[in-house]
Amino acid sequence: MDMTGVGGALLFLIGAPFAGGLLAGADRIVTARMQGRIGPPLLQPFYDVGKLFQKSRLVVNPFQPFYLWGFLAFLLVAGALFFSGGDLLLTVFALAVAGVFLALGAFSANTPYSHIGAERELLQMMAYEPMLLIAVLGLYQSTGSFLVRDILGSDRPPLVELPGVFLGFLFILTIKLRKSPFDLSTSHHGHQEVVKGITTDYSGPDLALIEVAHWYENVLLLGFVCLFFVPLHPALGIALAIATYLLEVFVDNTHARLRWQHTVKLSWWTGAALGLANLAILDLIR
Amino acid sequence: MSLFKKSPWLLHYNCSSCNGCDIEVLAALTPMYDLERFGIINTGNPKHADVLLVTGSVNDQNLEVIRSLYAQMPDPKVVVGVGICALSGGIFAQCYNVHGGAAAAVPVDLYVPGCAARPESIIDGVIKAVEILQQKADAMRGRRRTATAAAREAA
Repeated sequence: MDMTGVGGALLFLIGAPFAGGLLAGADRIVTARMQGRIGPPLLQPFYDVGKLFQKSRLVVNPFQPFYLWGFLAFLLVAGALFFSGGDLLLTVFALAVAGVFLALGAFSANTPYSHIGAERELLQMMAYEPMLLIAVLGLYQSTGSFLVRDILGSDRPPLVELPGVFLGFLFILTIKLRKSPFDLSTSHHGHQEVVKGITTDYSGPDLALIEVAHWYENVLLLGFVCLFFVPLHPALGIALAIATYLLEVFVDNTHARLRWQHTVKLSWWTGAALGLANLAILDLIR
Repeated sequence: MSLFKKSPWLLHYNCSSCNGCDIEVLAALTPMYDLERFGIINTGNPKHADVLLVTGSVNDQNLEVIRSLYAQMPDPKVVVGVGICALSGGIFAQCYNVHGGAAAAVPVDLYVPGCAARPESIIDGVIKAVEILQQKADAMRGRRRTATAAAREAA
């Protein structure tokens, strides 16, 4: 790994919580405005996390913090791999392992809400993994490499050849960002039927870590979105990624939660119709 | 930093209220009053909550429930009794199974008057309760610091 790779990884490890937190704050303000409210200050997510770190720690069993750290560690590995220009496939696999750790943490608790959340998290993974892999395969087919640094060096945006794959990726991005209609495993609002799903049994500093981990995850996913737009100017790429996020917030506010059966069916069909079809057509016209 | 003032998360529990105060609590969370301006979120989960909003009187059936909810909230935490029933049992005070207000089960920090309490006064009560929450947080940190200093001295 060269120096730019190390720099990219460090930039992600240090900068992503700030970027992700600001993104979450903007998300809450935009959501509030869409609902005719004023909404919290932009820095509200940082206040929340800071407060949670000051709360006393209630741990339901010794396994839970271990799984939590596993979740965070694999997310950081995935993100560092991605932003250092590493292997996309490895990034996706590390993300999957992180997801499994999160589900295991929820399974280790006794609350039924945690268990429902964990089961739904696994179902969500089942729903989005195929399309996520198709997106990686598509980027490979278009640019000839699984390495992020090679994809960044391609001479035209992969989006030109992969419009279907991109749309399919946007679809599962809604699941990955935990937005409605796919916020099955942890609802935004704790006063709903699953309470907080997978995070129900985490409290205080542990909950704060989960929140920070989600900020890391969101930045990584938006980085993935940017890959489709290279070699555009980085500022334009970031603007497009933010526009994608705003689109997700819009979808979030205009849809009710789906059942898991629909979620799995819809995302598989979308993956097949948009992703696989795109790959097949690309293979034929080449 | 007074972070507790900036992000108090609520847990609302209806002991055996007539629903009057509950509707007003929910009214305070609607876009019209928009409690999220103050960073207030209705969590519905004791493990995430800082402020326990209790409406209604405590009776045989919910005594253990409210105690359990209170015990599951991590410190620091405050309890706000909303409405006259949470204060004294209200018109239900004479019932055979009623123990009294919220204080019959958990330590209450602040009462919001009214039957039903108005959303404005509930918001006012929560904001006042948050100041108590901050004091408790500061005291907690002070205790932790003293304990660390004592441990260092012992070593």
